[in-house]
Amino acid sequence: MARSLMKGTEAIAEAAIQAGCKYFFGYPITPQNEIPEYMSAHLPKAGGMYVQGESEVASINMVMGGAATGYRVMTTSSSPGISLMSEGISYIAMAELPCVIVNISRGGPGLGNILPAQADYRQATSGGGHGDYNVIVLAPGNLQEAVDLTQDAFALSQKYRNPVMILADGFMGQMMEAVEIKPRQAEDPSTNADWALGWWKERGDKHLTIYSMHLDPDKLEPHNTRLQEKYARIRANEVRFEHFMVDDAELVITAYGTTSRVCRSAINNLRAEGYKVGMVRPITLWPFPTAGYSNLPKSVKGILDVEMSAAFQMVDDVRLATLCDLPIATAGRWGGYSPTVRQIEEKCKELLKNNQE
Amino acid sequence: MSETQVFSMPKVWNADVHTHYCPGCTHGVAHRLVCEAIEELGIQDRTIGLAPVGCAVLMHQYLALDMMEAAHGRAPAAATGIKAVRPDKIVFTYQGDGDLASIGMGEIVHMMNRSLPLTVIFINNAIYGMTGGQMAPTTLLGQKSTTSPAGRDAKVNGYPIRMSEMLATLAGPAYIERVALTQPKYIIKAKQAVLKAFKNQVDGKGVSFVELLSTCPTNWGMRPLDACKWLEENMIPYYPLGVFKDFQ
Repeated sequence: MARSLMKGTEAIAEAAIQAGCKYFFGYPITPQNEIPEYMSAHLPKAGGMYVQGESEVASINMVMGGAATGYRVMTTSSSPGISLMSEGISYIAMAELPCVIVNISRGGPGLGNILPAQADYRQATSGGGHGDYNVIVLAPGNLQEAVDLTQDAFALSQKYRNPVMILADGFMGQMMEAVEIKPRQAEDPSTNADWALGWWKERGDKHLTIYSMHLDPDKLEPHNTRLQEKYARIRANEVRFEHFMVDDAELVITAYGTTSRVCRSAINNLRAEGYKVGMVRPITLWPFPTAGYSNLPKSVKGILDVEMSAAFQMVDDVRLATLCDLPIATAGRWGGYSPTVRQIEEKCKELLKNNQE
Repeated sequence: MSETQVFSMPKVWNADVHTHYCPGCTHGVAHRLVCEAIEELGIQDRTIGLAPVGCAVLMHQYLALDMMEAAHGRAPAAATGIKAVRPDKIVFTYQGDGDLASIGMGEIVHMMNRSLPLTVIFINNAIYGMTGGQMAPTTLLGQKSTTSPAGRDAKVNGYPIRMSEMLATLAGPAYIERVALTQPKYIIKAKQAVLKAFKNQVDGKGVSFVELLSTCPTNWGMRPLDACKWLEENMIPYYPLGVFKDFQ
């Protein structure tokens, strides 16, 4: 497919289809409706199926059923819908099934509004539901990256047999950019016969159970331990981040998704005026890219955390990653607004001035 | 009678397993009917079952089938997901009344209405078994449970829900029947119903639903035979046996 101008939601949908996802289960919620709409139009043509669940609760359990067959499946939603799906995500993590979940996040809490926000960071990075588990959380900073991460998400979920979430705020879903979407080979589902349902013969005439429960603590405790060992492998191998103009920086901004775009513009403007500002942009929110903060140059005197979240939900992870060695300031807008480039520039200038005094 | 039939365990039943079910519980009979139907249709290697939350959550230990433990009430959604991806498989849910008629009411109604070829085995014993005898949506008026100690009161708790009749109002379902498991004459009919519910799916005939009136002697506080008698005298008058829908 040649480079073409696409809306974020539709680019994610097409990227998933090109990655071999033929089965989609979801429930309408703004601002991500273009994804189920796109899937309902295109999956039947691709020999797949779109099923509209009666709720997000049903949809995520349909995903669990689909995932249990060893085929690539996905769902998409927005913040309140992800809350409803969280129980199911916990079950899928417990059962170690691969699937991709997209959260085009909006303002909260409660019904909040339908405008973009980054207020679901804690929910996403904690797994969202009950019990000791994590989902891999990928946060694209532009639409080409949204395409690539969506396709990577299927491969990662298969590699670790774990849910993977794309966390992109409503701006990322609704904006348009040029993207190139390449087909990616999906694994032959019959190769999943050792853990997936419906492959009786391929498994050698043996039946199989997928568990979401171990009543016996002698089974649950080692299962919990094994899951943690898996998460440790993910932490060791799958961290992704971007350093932007960090090498000589005196002030480092940290931001992901839409706010990282605002900050990138601000940094370019500040650099033109001679201010030494850079950025650490987490791409994986879980596992959190601690490595992105642990080797900052000596020139860095402070960090500015920029989020579309009134609670600055990422800042605790940044504190841990820097072992509280650096002062951390915060800036942002929330409730449906994004910070402006000018707001970030002024905040940076104020912080750099204070550093000199 | 010229033929001698030797009683044996169905081959879908795992050899040398003993169930955790209480003495007199009819889950064992219901499991056997499911095993016999699957065996007679020759579909063991392509059947996928969804175990519910409830007493039957461990049924996969007894049945030699591909199975998954679904979340509470969500077996119909999980079954829909499996069938959407693998229409060549025979997919069934096995659910109790708390799972199907309370927390999973939304899922069962929409699954029945969607009418993908699926099979539902619904165990109605008018109580929550696994959690210890709490009131279910199917608990009869006046029936005592640990959360209706003075008996179910319609003013507070509403009326027991007749699932088969309710689901039969939908245009989607192919087949809905209510049967009982208290004595041979009922069990013979129950067997035919379970067999038909699976055969319909093999024939691609849409969604089938069999409600099995079942006993829970432990949580009803009765001896097994008294429980059978109580079911026939109290449940069958409120939950009449019969076919509520049958598209041929």
